Amino acid sequence: MEQALEILFTASFWVAAIRIASPLIFATMGELICERAGVLNLGIEGIMTAGAFAGWFTVYAGGDLWTGVLVAALAGAMFGLLHATLTVPLGLSQHVVGIGVTLLASSLTYFIYRLALPEVTSPPKIAPFEPLAIPGLSSIPVIGPALFNQTPLTYLAFATVAVTAWVLYRTPLGLAIRAAGENPAAVEAQGISVTGIRMGAVMVGSALMAVGGAFLTMSAFNSFFFQMINGRGWICIALVVFGSWRPGKALLGAILFAAFDAYQVRLQQLSGGIVPYQVFLMMPYVLSILALVLVARRATYPKALMIPYQKGER
Amino acid sequence: MRLEPKPAPPLGVTLLFPVAAIAATLLITSLLVLAAGASPFSVFYLVARGAAGTQFAALETLTRATPLIFTGLAVAVAFRAKLWNIGAEAQLYIGGVVTIVLGTGALPLPSFLLIPLIMLAAMAAGALLLLGPAVLKTRFGVDEVVTTLLLNFIVLLFVSMLLEGPLKDPMGLGWPQSQRVVAEAQLPRIIQGKRLHYGFAISLCAAAIVWVIMKKTVLGYEMRAVGHNAEAASFAGIPVNRVLMKTALLSGGLAALAGFSEVSGLKGNLTLDLSPGYGYSGIVVAMLAMLNPLGVVASAIFVAGIFVGADAMSRTAGVPSYIADVMVATALLTMVTAILMSRFRVRWR
Repeated sequence: MEQALEILFTASFWVAAIRIASPLIFATMGELICERAGVLNLGIEGIMTAGAFAGWFTVYAGGDLWTGVLVAALAGAMFGLLHATLTVPLGLSQHVVGIGVTLLASSLTYFIYRLALPEVTSPPKIAPFEPLAIPGLSSIPVIGPALFNQTPLTYLAFATVAVTAWVLYRTPLGLAIRAAGENPAAVEAQGISVTGIRMGAVMVGSALMAVGGAFLTMSAFNSFFFQMINGRGWICIALVVFGSWRPGKALLGAILFAAFDAYQVRLQQLSGGIVPYQVFLMMPYVLSILALVLVARRATYPKALMIPYQKGER
Repeated sequence: MRLEPKPAPPLGVTLLFPVAAIAATLLITSLLVLAAGASPFSVFYLVARGAAGTQFAALETLTRATPLIFTGLAVAVAFRAKLWNIGAEAQLYIGGVVTIVLGTGALPLPSFLLIPLIMLAAMAAGALLLLGPAVLKTRFGVDEVVTTLLLNFIVLLFVSMLLEGPLKDPMGLGWPQSQRVVAEAQLPRIIQGKRLHYGFAISLCAAAIVWVIMKKTVLGYEMRAVGHNAEAASFAGIPVNRVLMKTALLSGGLAALAGFSEVSGLKGNLTLDLSPGYGYSGIVVAMLAMLNPLGVVASAIFVAGIFVGADAMSRTAGVPSYIADVMVATALLTMVTAILMSRFRVRWR
């Protein structure tokens, strides 16, 4: 019992928690931007798969790490464009298109992977992003290594939250995005194109999801393998609801979730195999459903979420 | 651009939409085949031959279509009422678990009692599994897409736990697999010595029954009304939540039958690779069929043919068999676009 509590005060636990949180932060911000503009993006799981592969493959083929991140973002934006074209001007069901984009993005990724590397049995590794200690701050006990001795992509994840919050709440563009998700007719009345705002938001959001996927191959596992996203995208959709569509709250949710995930891995080692390991592996998914149930009653969905907008229609 | 509604086209024209969607899919995926350094014509020919060129291939396609008919029906029923059941994969596995629990000797019954009993129990388990998300949706407003998706992962881990624990085959040499079902719990083969089993016949009956329910009963009418406009349905006195519950029970039960038929008719035991994503492919099957239960049979055979054919093709032509998954996903997106084009015309201005 004491041991179980001691874990919470070790630096390695918090370092792992922040590392696990990083890809979730990217993808959660991406989904949040889409939903704030009124589009539910269920392509997230597949887009993360595509991003994970695109970033890894760029580096494997000789590109440098930041080029890899950029290629991943572009791949994500392309799938975002596909999703947005079908759901925004054409107004197709966001549920069906989202699942379609997930199926397409992941199968296309696996196809290209098999085409590029037909003979490999164990996927090749790349040289990943290295931790970058911030002088001074990284020597604070416990939180120093957790927050200030991570890879550059983790810092970028936190910066993404700040930028997303600033754009959404402090700029005219952010006002237009939020209004597109609440009251699109008001946006159109301002002479701003709802279609343009929504498509842009889905593309930017999808690019962030892809970078979240790329984090896994470029800053965590160092190689690409099948089914590696493993439901993280769906968890991020739950995190957006849990965070009531606010970047700050969603960030806290992601860290809380990741801390729990890091904790269950350590508990699993402590439990000495009395409890089947699958019970621990189920925890993140069970927790996501519980989180959804907890906040569902007071959740304030963007009012125009999943409602297609046609200019001039009432 | 804007979309303007146009009158519904006659049935003959409507049937052209899946054809157009499939043509567009072939066009798009032929680019990938070219990228793989092969000729699209020969690759698609090899896929078609691998799917239906010989008696063996055709029977294999029908065998593969069986679980897809069940999951396709499950999705078609749910989507008709706008209950977004993306969890057919989980319901399928639960159906498989029930088949093993009851079918490995626990019940000393003759075949004609045991098999219907297992079917009913499997359906009940799958139905209950979807009832959870449906209750969360109607009571708490939790989106069922996310809960059913997350349940897929939970159930797969649960099955893995069972296969390494209580359901583990002691003679399985350590592999996570269950015991085989007893002879009385096995669905017989339709043709001696071939893999096609009576699960296929049951799936055809299921499609016919679902068609009757959807077109000829009050429940079917209510489901369509709820899917079309829940608010108007509620205003007209239809108990929307209760209809959604019934939809969930029917949909979950149908998906569980896929698991039952795979275990009892084909595999004989339960492993973690019982389904290569039949639950997800069921979504494509249902959409290609425009949610019509009889159309599901045709589109399931078509989708199964792509998978079976692509396996055969990749062995000879060297194009990765994932091309099948790409084709199926592309077909889903081109199909929903084609349906839209049938109802609206695009005006540019």
